Amino acid sequence: MSLIPNDFSGFVAVVKRDCETCRLIAPALADWASERDLLVYSQDDPTFPAGCDGVIDDRELELSYRLDIEIVPTLIRFNAGREESRLLGWRREAWRQLAEIPALGDGLIAFSPGCGSKSVEPGMAEKLAFKFGDTRLQARRIEVAAQQDEQEIAFERGWSDGLPVVPPTEERVLRMLAGTTRSPDEIVGIIPPNNVSCTVEKVAINAVLAGCKPAYLPVVLAAVEAACLDEFCMHGVLATTYFAGPIVIVNGPIANEIGMNSAHNVLGQGNRANSTIGRALQLVVRNVGGGLPGGVDRATLGQPGKVGFCFPEREHDSYWESLAVERGFAPEESTVTLFAGGGVHPIGDQKSRNPESLTRSFALTMRTVYHGKIYGRADALLVVSPEHMRVFREAGWGKARFRAELDRRLTIDGSEVVQGAGDIAEGMPARYAQRRLSKFQPGGLLIAHAGGGAGMWTAVITGWAASGPKGSTPVTVPIRS
Amino acid sequence: MMNLLDPTGELQPARRERLPRAQSLQGKRVALLDISKPRGDVFLDRLEEKLGDLGVEARRYQKPTFARIAPGALKQQIAGECDAVIEALAD
Repeated sequence: MSLIPNDFSGFVAVVKRDCETCRLIAPALADWASERDLLVYSQDDPTFPAGCDGVIDDRELELSYRLDIEIVPTLIRFNAGREESRLLGWRREAWRQLAEIPALGDGLIAFSPGCGSKSVEPGMAEKLAFKFGDTRLQARRIEVAAQQDEQEIAFERGWSDGLPVVPPTEERVLRMLAGTTRSPDEIVGIIPPNNVSCTVEKVAINAVLAGCKPAYLPVVLAAVEAACLDEFCMHGVLATTYFAGPIVIVNGPIANEIGMNSAHNVLGQGNRANSTIGRALQLVVRNVGGGLPGGVDRATLGQPGKVGFCFPEREHDSYWESLAVERGFAPEESTVTLFAGGGVHPIGDQKSRNPESLTRSFALTMRTVYHGKIYGRADALLVVSPEHMRVFREAGWGKARFRAELDRRLTIDGSEVVQGAGDIAEGMPARYAQRRLSKFQPGGLLIAHAGGGAGMWTAVITGWAASGPKGSTPVTVPIRS
Repeated sequence: MMNLLDPTGELQPARRERLPRAQSLQGKRVALLDISKPRGDVFLDRLEEKLGDLGVEARRYQKPTFARIAPGALKQQIAGECDAVIEALAD
């Protein structure tokens, strides 16, 4: 196919037979092309327009891609290789003026809208970008023969967490990369346990595997960045025999923009963004970092959330400042917070109607985080439901007040929980017997609001046994586009 | 035919050869590395005693926390000072 000469001066018309307006103006184009500087490119049939000399075959759509054609017919005037003017669809007077042919389209109606260019049909943009564009994907290609099942290839190669994955074709990965402005070759972080440099492209490939939409990619990238921070200690979170995995909490406007669920069944299944973002992070750790269960992942039991655990805070009707605001971000900023957590433990209280009683209820259950006789070791994430929050709102308890009251009820005499107390060998070392002990270390309790409007249930999620500076500290990072 | 993009780090972890095992501990210095798990010290105390009976010099080292890999400086110190390492995994 011929592209336009570098120093071309004249006109280019891009048409297709499968467009009523193009067929309407075909005779006018044929007359014009036989006399003057008009190059006609046909997207679907090089014999169209009939009677037009030298129609150029653009069925490969390279010219349409390079000129960014969105509508046919499109008329463009070039001067010395530079585009000067462009008309979309048929507007007789405008065409006459641009072409400087007063009788152009005599007998035709004055206006007829164009049709969509074949180069922007669904899925085509990525194919053309891959074929003709500047995007160069670096990842190794894995060939799948026609008789092979690409799903089975993904399982056989160990790319899956056990559930089906979306095969990462070049087109899908390019479409995914359109979800960010970041360059595919930018390094996002060093992924444990093999300490492999991870590019935006590799994150995008794993986001495709996980089932993400391109709009989720900025959240996945932020989650991967957060997991690579030293204080989060992803290597240890992976390697521990404990239950922990990375839990992703999303704050800010992006949660609504990409359709995350912060209401009914927020910690459960059923929402694509909630289900796939956390999974994409875990697949990055698995595939890029090489962190495999039974390999460096030494979890004794694990927990179902290790497939992927991600949810947004319910911010629009929360009485308390959000988790991200508490951690120093503005309400209009979108962030991810990573917490190394185990499974979900329910706190059911359907009777408390004042905050004192409800706080005591919470404390009673939260004492058992990790173990009822271990204090100041495992962090926790408390997910307060709307109906429980109502009790605090009606009593005017802000988040700081609630934290202080809860901490008071979670502080005990060490003698109650030392090793041997209650005839249980497990517990705090004897040297703590004379001290007052807080259940959580400073900064070790995260609190978020989420869930459906009905139900007096709150959830506590236990942190890693090695919480804090000696192991994992929760981290929050902003989400960049 | 379809092309898939490889989602992995494209690194087979380099399989490194182990150093040859010492044929004897005589005249060697042995590092006893406590990873900071409870009761690791009990195990290492006993090993130190046994090594002492054999006339083998032992030196004690400790990781700051079991939850993280050993700091590079500690690994270099042990490599510089000792000929063999015994690491206590305990609980």
